[in-house]
Amino acid sequence: MQRDQIRNLISILDLSVDEINGLIDVANDIDQHPERYQEACRHKQLATLFFEPSTRTRLSFESAMLSLGGSVLGFSSANSSSAAKGESVSDTVRTVGNYADIIAMRHPKEGAPMIASQHTVVPIINAGDGGHFHPTQTLTDLLTISRKKGRLSDMTIGLCGDLKFGRTVHSLIEATLRYPNIRYILISPEELRVPEYMIDELKEAGADFEEVTDLEAAMPQLDILYMTRIQKERFFNEEDYLRLKDTYILTPDKLKNAKSDLSILHPLPRVNEISVKVDEDPRACYFYQTLCGKQIRMALILFLLGIHPEEQA
Amino acid sequence: MNIDGVTTGIVLDHIQAGKSMEIYEYLGLDKLQSCVAVIQNVRSAKYGKKDIIKIDELIDLNLDVLGYFDPNITVNYIKDGKLLEKKHLALPDRLTDVLHCKNPRCITSCEQEIPHVFELVDREKKIYRCIYCDTQVRV
Repeated sequence: MQRDQIRNLISILDLSVDEINGLIDVANDIDQHPERYQEACRHKQLATLFFEPSTRTRLSFESAMLSLGGSVLGFSSANSSSAAKGESVSDTVRTVGNYADIIAMRHPKEGAPMIASQHTVVPIINAGDGGHFHPTQTLTDLLTISRKKGRLSDMTIGLCGDLKFGRTVHSLIEATLRYPNIRYILISPEELRVPEYMIDELKEAGADFEEVTDLEAAMPQLDILYMTRIQKERFFNEEDYLRLKDTYILTPDKLKNAKSDLSILHPLPRVNEISVKVDEDPRACYFYQTLCGKQIRMALILFLLGIHPEEQA
Repeated sequence: MNIDGVTTGIVLDHIQAGKSMEIYEYLGLDKLQSCVAVIQNVRSAKYGKKDIIKIDELIDLNLDVLGYFDPNITVNYIKDGKLLEKKHLALPDRLTDVLHCKNPRCITSCEQEIPHVFELVDREKKIYRCIYCDTQVRV
């Protein structure tokens, strides 16, 4: 197959709204009829190339492929690959492309999955590149929101925490900008505001948004609260990290003025930004998100491999 | 001040005053065997002052790079004393290995062989964006 015929997922914008809605439909069908999909990827192999640590993303990809009847190979840190010897991303994927049918890659450097997609003829899935994009987390978030709210339009989304380096935030904004009547409240310390290019995108799209620093003041307006971790690994200066890490800690007390049907999402892992006391609140959806993450990745793998088991059902 | 006209060669006109030496160096004109004249602070009705570079030879010029340095430059190709072609430049849509991405998290910061590619996202504000990490640069 020619490289230009291959579909990759580098940015969430590589998928049209119709394609995203289609993936959500397949994920819902997988939820209802998992038996229809258990042999869908028989004899297919997924390579998970994780140059940076991960629990949920890597395991959910592997679990997704195994639940589709396929198999998995890969590595879970740069130190256990030839990257430790200085091998380039392009050489690594040229090699792995001969062993696997599809590759999920996480890399600390922004743009690495794009480089990978230019050097292999198997589909590349960006499983997170630095502080840049994390499109499969966005698909996870969209599936969670769609299941909890029954829609992906007409709502106020509060994004809170590290909006500068938080790649899940950037991807979620880009994705939801394409749905009608979404209002954004961007809650962050001054130092961790969303980057200028994202503000430009919000303005260009004519989106209704505001940047604030006070979480509690914004709370009553929110339909979705998307909490994020202040990420230690994105700081070059530990002092800055220590100063900012406890800026927002969500507690039951802070939820007093929240809507009764608020949905609280978090891409996880959390450190202390959501108190464990919030876990029992029915509005907490972040562990449910992890189930959605597996099912939407199953749908994505099928889509990128061009497999349509639901049509045979 | 008298400088001979070009019979066969290239005249880069309307260079922003003070930028000609930068362009001279970037284009590697010092390596040419033919005559090259860099004329600075020439009076200009349109710009007040301008620079001009005259090259006494028809050579391949990277017009994208020239357009990036100064989109107002006019390139005149001359053969046998006659104007063969006049080109007006603009900021190029794509720049390869002209701008360098300064984002330390960009893949280009650790893999040396990857070309630094920027795409123009706002012609009016002269903003380019790294195709790998989306870092924006105002030129």
